[in-house]
Amino acid sequence: MTDPVYVTDALIAEDIDAYLAGHEKKSLLRFITCGSVDDGKSTLIGRLLYDSKMIFEDQLAALEADSKRVGTQGQEIDFALLVDGLAAEREQGITIDVAYRFFTTEKRKFIVADTPGHEQYTRNMVTGASTADLAVILIDARKGVLTQTRRHSFLAHLLGIRHIVLAVNKMDLVGYDKAVFDRITLAYRAFASEIGITHFTAIPISGFKGDNITALSENTPWFKGPALIEHLENVEVGGATDEAKPFRLPVQWVNRPNLDFRGFAGQLASGTVKPGDAVRILPSGKTTTVSRIVTLGGDLNEAVAGQSVTLTLADEVDCSRGDVIATADNPPETADQFEATLVWMADEAMIPGRAYWLKLATQSVSATVHAPKYEINVNTLDHLAAKTLDLNGIGVVEVSTDKPIVFESYADNHTLGGFILIDKLTNATVAAGMLHFSLRRAQNVHWQATDISRDMRADLKNQKPALLWFTGLSGSGKSTIANLVEKKLHRMNRHSFLLDGDNVRHGLNRDLGFTEADRIENIRRVGEVAKLMTDAGLIVITAFISPFRAEREMVRSMLSEGEFLEIFIDTPLAEAERRDVKGLYKKARSGQLKNFTGIDSPYEAPESPEVRIDTTAMTPEEAADLIIDRLLG
Amino acid sequence: MTDTLTHLDRLEAESIHIMREVMADAAKPVMLYSVGKDSAVMLHLARKAFYPSPPPFPLLHVDTTWKFRAMYELRDRMAAESGMELIVYRNPEAKERGINPFDHGPLHTDMWKTEGLKQALDLHGFDVAFGGARRDEEKSRAKERIFSFRTATHGWDPKQQRPELWNLYNARKAKGESIRVFPISNWTELDIWQYIARENIPIVPLYFAAPRPTVTRDGLLLMVDDERFPLLPGETPVERSVRFRTLGCYPLTGAVESEATTLSEVIQEMLLTTTSERQGRIIDKDGGDASMEKKKQEGYF
Repeated sequence: MTDPVYVTDALIAEDIDAYLAGHEKKSLLRFITCGSVDDGKSTLIGRLLYDSKMIFEDQLAALEADSKRVGTQGQEIDFALLVDGLAAEREQGITIDVAYRFFTTEKRKFIVADTPGHEQYTRNMVTGASTADLAVILIDARKGVLTQTRRHSFLAHLLGIRHIVLAVNKMDLVGYDKAVFDRITLAYRAFASEIGITHFTAIPISGFKGDNITALSENTPWFKGPALIEHLENVEVGGATDEAKPFRLPVQWVNRPNLDFRGFAGQLASGTVKPGDAVRILPSGKTTTVSRIVTLGGDLNEAVAGQSVTLTLADEVDCSRGDVIATADNPPETADQFEATLVWMADEAMIPGRAYWLKLATQSVSATVHAPKYEINVNTLDHLAAKTLDLNGIGVVEVSTDKPIVFESYADNHTLGGFILIDKLTNATVAAGMLHFSLRRAQNVHWQATDISRDMRADLKNQKPALLWFTGLSGSGKSTIANLVEKKLHRMNRHSFLLDGDNVRHGLNRDLGFTEADRIENIRRVGEVAKLMTDAGLIVITAFISPFRAEREMVRSMLSEGEFLEIFIDTPLAEAERRDVKGLYKKARSGQLKNFTGIDSPYEAPESPEVRIDTTAMTPEEAADLIIDRLLG
Repeated sequence: MTDTLTHLDRLEAESIHIMREVMADAAKPVMLYSVGKDSAVMLHLARKAFYPSPPPFPLLHVDTTWKFRAMYELRDRMAAESGMELIVYRNPEAKERGINPFDHGPLHTDMWKTEGLKQALDLHGFDVAFGGARRDEEKSRAKERIFSFRTATHGWDPKQQRPELWNLYNARKAKGESIRVFPISNWTELDIWQYIARENIPIVPLYFAAPRPTVTRDGLLLMVDDERFPLLPGETPVERSVRFRTLGCYPLTGAVESEATTLSEVIQEMLLTTTSERQGRIIDKDGGDASMEKKKQEGYF
């Protein structure tokens, strides 16, 4: 059973100090194993512990007895019993939570997150994956790439795990057939590239028999390696990558033993720092330099990503828990509105608009989450319309915080981009989130300044940029009035642009359909384009039905305060239907047209628009004048 | 590629991060100090985390009056050295009733330790208690969170535990609820020993082999640490070269015969040994397979 990889007893017995000197230099790899009970995941972990001598004789004796009593492998040792911990689980024969296991080989120390379970799978796996450098995706060789394989891979990728191992397990049950392995690897490659996994390492194994776990197996002469352990020992992880990034230290605690010492304690999220380095304190933006890196063992000349240290600064600058000390010339952003992917982890569904505590690095703020832009089906990866997220639901949402926070995208920095949401009443952790980008810069403290500012562009045009957002039923008169407004503005030498819904769908949004998710994306893109145009100093006019309040608010949130003017063209449904300029109502009434606003899809009227036009009470000319008065007046 | 930080560096940084994080939300934290090797490492990490300040919380020793004498000595020394307040709590009811490990079996642990701990936490109003438990010690602990929530009655409900993502800990709690925090959750026994060697951390001499007076009871090798040990008629303690792999109440803690007198030799024996660490403790055995988990639900650490 013992393998050359683990035969360290001789060295331990003969020269313990040499063994310990070697052991002390080992690095750490954290990985996660993904698979269902039937994939042999617990068996694999049990095997790793067993092969690396992490099992003592008394445990082994208990294991042998248990294997005969409750095991699923007949008279043979059931390794799964080594890792199935809680009593309730053992009775049910399934594991229900995240467990952490430890083992050591010649080269590395390992922490394995074992995240099994059925219903709670997403929640558990996301938890385990959040700290993992590598994921082992287990596939039953007899079954091939299944829905769950796709789910595991998607979640691993979502959590930013860079190293994926495809462990094709139970090769003993398919006669160690190379063709089976090749077929599964090929199928997986096709799927993996679809979701953005560019490379992975496929290994044919048997957790039960021990093939290709610690050494290459004679049963698979066609497989040239690496064996699983060999790969785990050699894969590049963590350290170097994080150190190469810009320096960031979220401040955890201010150390003030006496009036002469003020230290800022925290763990480096990325980069390196030395005394004398110029740093910036966020969100205030104040700059200073690092004086000392203080530790109990004496001052350090340098600290690197992952280390917990205490810094002192050259100047008396304000800095407290929640602030981030960063390299002065490349600091992170500050914002209060974000797009993020959210994984819902509580039994109680997400409530859009409700305030939750948001914790990101050492910052805690109050935050509200808007209704999802879409939910992702983890099995099919389809984007679905959703009004909320249930337990284990994953969606893309907008998050607003009550004050600006210092952040980076999760892709760039897991520490400054990963957050949890906490229910204010129960204090339960209800969601995990990964920030994508900010939707509105709350404080442009460190926005890379271009020499020509948006104000300068607007000044040159002698106007104040704005977005006139027309909303109303089909046939309400939006386009007619919008067109009149632009003509009038043009005569007044104002620089404007009318963004037409149909035109946009011919180009920029040609890839979008008419599902709810696509309609939301349509509006988002139009909002972004309009925002760029206002940055260029233009007065932008848009005419979209835009039936949902949330979408209109989304666009409003993208623009600066006061620049978004919501113009509600208020025409009663009966009147719009009577006009029926394009004959669409007739089609909708006869059932030829589905999801038509006002007929079988709702129109959410603005609650407090900047301008309301009652088309039954005024002419289009009068309406256009009213809008221009509001804009320029 | 070489990692700048070794696995011990990373474990140390993680533990320090956890301790500092507690300070953000805790009203009145305390560090449970059992004087064992895990406690020694935890205390050392606390001193590192808050240096040059002393750790901003007291040490709490829930005493059973039956610890080894050498433990009491090191306890007082380390408290003085760290500049931390030391609170020693002994359950007055257990004291009054003369509860002891010889006559009262499991009741001894229950009253002195489990009840004593609850009483001490309630008496002082501590809302967060650091403990030195490790996930590799026992199967049910592999699933324990780093921040473990206890109800107002100190109960542990597996369903109420919160997911822990990245290094984000949710330490919010309602009035009356408390949190046990295990900063060395991810350390293994070997890590502990190696860190003690690397950092030169003082530990109780009982971890090293020396000639000690012993008797054999129920398959355990027990040390006769003071005159309270009831010898059987005609029984005389035998001097054996022994050491201890874990430390608790001396009448409940089995010794192993050993010649290991240095840290390297202790580690060597540990690595070549064939029985697991907790085997020397009686506590895991009563109640069968899931006894540790049951104890946790009742409020034992």
